[in-house]
Amino acid sequence: MNDVVIRFSNVEKSFPLYRRPGIKTMLLNPRYFWTLKERFVAIKDISFEVYRGETFGIVGKNGAGKSTILGLIAGVLVPDRGRVEVRGKVVPLLELGAGFHHELNAVENIMLNGVLLGASRRKMKALTGEILEFAGLKEFAHQPIRTFSTGMLARLGFSIAVHIKPEILLVDEILAVGDSEFQKKCLEKISELQKSNVTILLVSHDAKQIERFCKRAMLIEDKHIKLLGEAKEVIKAYAG
Amino acid sequence: MNLLRNFDLILTLTLKEIKVKYRSSALGYLWSLLYPLLLALLFFFALRVVLKIQVEDFVVFLLSGLFSWQWFLNSLSASTVSIISNASLVKKVKFPYFMLPMSNVLNDCFHFIASLPVLFAFAIFHSKPPSIVWLAGTLFIVLQLITTLGISLILSSLNPFFRDLERLTQIGLNMVFYATPIIYPFEMIPENFRPIFYLNPMFPVVESWHRLILKSDVELWLIGLSVIHSAFWLVIGSYIFSRFSKRFAEVL
Repeated sequence: MNDVVIRFSNVEKSFPLYRRPGIKTMLLNPRYFWTLKERFVAIKDISFEVYRGETFGIVGKNGAGKSTILGLIAGVLVPDRGRVEVRGKVVPLLELGAGFHHELNAVENIMLNGVLLGASRRKMKALTGEILEFAGLKEFAHQPIRTFSTGMLARLGFSIAVHIKPEILLVDEILAVGDSEFQKKCLEKISELQKSNVTILLVSHDAKQIERFCKRAMLIEDKHIKLLGEAKEVIKAYAG
Repeated sequence: MNLLRNFDLILTLTLKEIKVKYRSSALGYLWSLLYPLLLALLFFFALRVVLKIQVEDFVVFLLSGLFSWQWFLNSLSASTVSIISNASLVKKVKFPYFMLPMSNVLNDCFHFIASLPVLFAFAIFHSKPPSIVWLAGTLFIVLQLITTLGISLILSSLNPFFRDLERLTQIGLNMVFYATPIIYPFEMIPENFRPIFYLNPMFPVVESWHRLILKSDVELWLIGLSVIHSAFWLVIGSYIFSRFSKRFAEVL
């Protein structure tokens, strides 16, 4: 009945541990070279499924492994063990200014950012007007974005990501940007995407946002899934 | 479909590099001419006026090597840090990362081509008649493009793991500059040292430009050597890049 678009099966992921002793120590004492191979485990035994069109929440403390999960979904990280299957075009909502160049103007940055996120040049040309309109930056279209405020940059980034029709949208704690008017617009846009069957992964340590948008969620604690189920239950476990 | 997307990506990234380079300074395009011209002036003074080196048309000789060298130098300096300076992007979005160093190489390739008219003007001014043979330059450009791309793939993919590489590259490039017959002619190198120069990826290209501009001459063995270099560096570069690029997001 439900279409699985993301499936994690017993996924484990580790990262290199950097406590480099420095080249001199290493050369004098070659056994230090082994420390270069040491890794720490970020997430372990992670198995879950996300269905098409649902908004799935991931909560947990800083460093619990939430961003690692997003990285695996985006395909920038490769699991050490287990399998990650993803079906559909993944678009991450980038952090402020990533994929932009501050010397270029808004129109040029829309092209750059959109193409990096997987859209074609033709599509981006067609969407430019709409993106500027939504971000409320029409008058600033030809200003270099280094003159933009943080809020303006956030609006532009959000506007690009949601306009290129993602199938899976990854949102990592970014909804709290822009002024309250734009925030309202963002939230409306997210509801609209939900209605049009876009799968959304919402990572947050803000329980309210998870509660508002997600039916299902999971709590990551100490590398593992502590609880997976109804968003309300998960948030209760997270808060308490 | 995929090919089209890749074409769009590399086009967009390269246009970005070109635009940014022109926009951030008042002189823009002139800088890519001015710097090699000033270098040529400097070397002319030091080597011709002071040390009295005997080379015909020394200015044209210097320029025909320096422009090509600037392309090599600038693209490698830029591409070595290309992955690190796009860290926030590489950590979040999956796309063919080799396009980041590639766009740096193409950017400087564009500037090199834009500076060729100046080189030709100097040559003609020094009574080297323009010749149909000059068209062979397109081949040299392709060969240098592939060679530089290959080396840039190695440097850009290793730098996130061994950050000392940035410094090493700067020192290395300085050394390779003097180990390339740019400010002195190949003929002045003692016979028994010459084989070492063949190992230098920039040697056959620079030497080809010298012969082309100064003698309207194309040497097949230099082209052959350059083909070997470009194939070698591209294969090694692609292999190293594909191995290391999988772990970029882990270490950035």
